[in-house]
Amino acid sequence: MPRAPDAPGLELIAAELNETHPGSVLGTYHDHGQACLIADPEQIREVLAWLRDTPGHEYTFLASVHGVDYLPAEPRFGVHYELLNMPRVERLRVRAAVPDPGGDELPEVPSVADEWPTADHQEREVYDFFGIVFRGHPDLRRILMPEDYVGWPQRRDFPMGGEPVIFTNTEKEVPGWYA
Amino acid sequence: MSTTRGSTPAHGRDVVARSAAEVVGYSAVERSDAYPDIPGREAEGLAGIDLEQELMTINLGPHHPATHGVLRLLVSLRGEQVVDLKPIMGYVHTGIEKNCEDKSYWKAIPFVERMDYLSYFFNMQAFVGCVETLLELEIPPRAKYLRVIHLELNRLHSHLVWLGTSALDLGAMSMFFYCFRDRDRILDLFEMSTGQRMHTRYFQVGGVFEDIPVGFERKVREFCAEFPSRIDQFEALLTNNEIFLHRTKGVGIVPRERLLALGVTGPLLRAAGEPWDLRKVDPYLPYGEFDFNVPIGTVGDGWDRFKVRIQEMRETVKIIEQALDGLPEGPILADDRKIVLPPRHELGTSMEALIHHFKLVTEGFRVPPGEAYYPVESPRGELGCFILADGSAKPARVHFRDPSFVNLQAFRDMSVGSYVADLIMSLAMLDPILGGIDR
Repeated sequence: MPRAPDAPGLELIAAELNETHPGSVLGTYHDHGQACLIADPEQIREVLAWLRDTPGHEYTFLASVHGVDYLPAEPRFGVHYELLNMPRVERLRVRAAVPDPGGDELPEVPSVADEWPTADHQEREVYDFFGIVFRGHPDLRRILMPEDYVGWPQRRDFPMGGEPVIFTNTEKEVPGWYA
Repeated sequence: MSTTRGSTPAHGRDVVARSAAEVVGYSAVERSDAYPDIPGREAEGLAGIDLEQELMTINLGPHHPATHGVLRLLVSLRGEQVVDLKPIMGYVHTGIEKNCEDKSYWKAIPFVERMDYLSYFFNMQAFVGCVETLLELEIPPRAKYLRVIHLELNRLHSHLVWLGTSALDLGAMSMFFYCFRDRDRILDLFEMSTGQRMHTRYFQVGGVFEDIPVGFERKVREFCAEFPSRIDQFEALLTNNEIFLHRTKGVGIVPRERLLALGVTGPLLRAAGEPWDLRKVDPYLPYGEFDFNVPIGTVGDGWDRFKVRIQEMRETVKIIEQALDGLPEGPILADDRKIVLPPRHELGTSMEALIHHFKLVTEGFRVPPGEAYYPVESPRGELGCFILADGSAKPARVHFRDPSFVNLQAFRDMSVGSYVADLIMSLAMLDPILGGIDR
């Protein structure tokens, strides 16, 4: 099983982070031996950079970025950054707790794609499925769904099924993703 | 650690491709002054521009055999050189992650298998292992060993398909037949032990579906005894093949630091000299008990990627043999009737077993609330499964960190500045599986 910082270690990380960037860490928890920091989405870049650059922590490898919809809970969305310290083989999850602004507005998170190039496609995927806008992303478009698709399919309140099957002969015009 | 070779030769057309971008087209036929007046060029405002300086944007794919699936590459070319490249995917997106949210945990297993259709056992292991982490369920040792045997056979199968199709892309047609002949023997083994050739649903939460039949071990041993000589034959066809060497050596190099920044894992990263293998650094099944090496390359060109995978196949055979030697006796399923199905023979005699069976099949088992990320080393790199459980019998979120999806981001770095033919080579050595990318 992947190793993780233990509970006191995680608290220390959180305290040091809060000292350097006040208000950046909102909480911590352990789940099945895996450690997680809940971070303020507006300061996610600072948190990740601190965890990457501070000697003694050095979570340099960003293994995965994915979105989660915790629907009844508040804040509703989570963008997870699975960090990895390769020499110690230690994993740490940072979760940006993103509230839903409601209405037609989309939640926003600063993009980390410029400093962690691996986040490029994965942030696009989160945007595609959850409608979370990554501010400053170089090319924020849908990646797996068609570009003219309406809706955010991985949200928990998005219904299953009812999707019409589109063939070339039933499409009314040149599809938007073609251009 | 076995390394493949020393330094890169600093000659050949790849150096030309990298250093001087304007040397394309030596012959008079390709020179633009051989065609002084092409009609319509003045109207497009291109009168003063050389033909080979003009950018041309073409689509490679989605229906192109060399893109290994329905991958579409929007390529900007100057002459025959790649200036820019943008992968476009989503053509086989089937919403598997969303569908899993509507299925109970045990019904989601066949779904996730069909994502990366060449490494279905790995998808299963990632998913099932993640659910077992959430349940904090320990599986019996025999099940672990059976899982390792099937996972490693699957790795051979995946690498064989990669080798056959990649060699085919580079013009070595017979490799395809030889590789698929041996791949078929692995599929026969899968059919023998699991009943299916592909997408077997053999692993389940708590262990494996069935014990291996009589004679399976002998057949796997026969295969393992023979397979290293097959690898020798593949190598005899390719490693000293001048065309193959020219096509692969020194092409598609991306430095190790850049690969790490791009999140690349698996053989691509190991070929660049980083000995990162989750089976070794973070043993998840009984991988810590086996004696095997992690092959790494030095430069990280197409040749190193080829050699690393070939060596990996040899190491994989060693793991399978050791797993067969050490295969313990005992149950194949965890002894937790709230999670695993009761044995079939008990249904006729035990009312309790019947109730458990009914409840497990109709409703499924419940997983306590929580979330977990479980990575395994698939043939293409780190395959991670994230599950958010909300306490019901269905997962609230399933996400797969697919190695092909992340590795594909390195493709632009590999191919910009090289020729179109080298782009095909780089893509073959990248080994993307579009089912895994699009999910």
